[in-house]
Amino acid sequence: MNPLTGYLLVAALLFAIGLAGALTRRNAILVLIGIELMLNAANLNLIAFWRYGPHPEALTGMMFAIFSIAVAAAEAAVGLGLVISIHRHAHTTDLDAMNRMKG
Amino acid sequence: MNAAFYLISGLAVAGALAAVLLKNTVHCALALTVAFAGIAMLFLKLGAQFAGFAQILVYIGAVAILVVFAILLTRGSETPKDGVYSKFPLTGLAIAAAVFAVLGWAVLNSASVLPGVGTSAAAPTVTVMDIGNALMSRYVLPLEIVALLLTAALIGAVIVAMHEKEEAN
Repeated sequence: MNPLTGYLLVAALLFAIGLAGALTRRNAILVLIGIELMLNAANLNLIAFWRYGPHPEALTGMMFAIFSIAVAAAEAAVGLGLVISIHRHAHTTDLDAMNRMKG
Repeated sequence: MNAAFYLISGLAVAGALAAVLLKNTVHCALALTVAFAGIAMLFLKLGAQFAGFAQILVYIGAVAILVVFAILLTRGSETPKDGVYSKFPLTGLAIAAAVFAVLGWAVLNSASVLPGVGTSAAAPTVTVMDIGNALMSRYVLPLEIVALLLTAALIGAVIVAMHEKEEAN
């Protein structure tokens, strides 16, 4: 097994763990944690391909990862703001209890 | 592939598993920090210093703190009485396992396992100056769009989470 395959398998495992967390947890914050783990796994793939790809000096994968980190930060801020807003409204972060869209 | 890689990826995977499996939400946030640190170490091991330190600053410094604040503000650390998992946890686990099986199969059958691919010994020497030059020349438009996106997200998060005035009812 060469290094690139090892990094890709670790990234796939992290993605699957994040997906399992996002699909099985009740708490909305834990679902966001799962989504963050999936985004990180994707970043790991981008950096691994940049490192072992044919043209690392072009910086393409690195730039993808940096912009992905910035977008993920924006996503986390808005997502957690929404969770806090819903908690103030419905007094719960249980996703199974959030079953109506009416305010 | 050496001992450092196995140690660091084991740390990252263990942190991710703990973040997903632990019952107490605050413990989950701490385990998430460990997973982020492991991924940052993997970035550094791959020779991506700037991305590694950006990962530490953004994820460990900001996102983990945001998660802890959200847990405290929503009193999410109290374990709910009807369990921490949703109604159909086995379905979610099966979907995640299937996704991992497909991804692993794709990786092990891809060109990355061919000899000569993915084994370049010398790490590319990319300095922060190179990244800054690239960000200010070729990638200047995406950079400005990300700046706008972050500003919009900041304002949006504040407006969404802002305490509304009690309406007359």
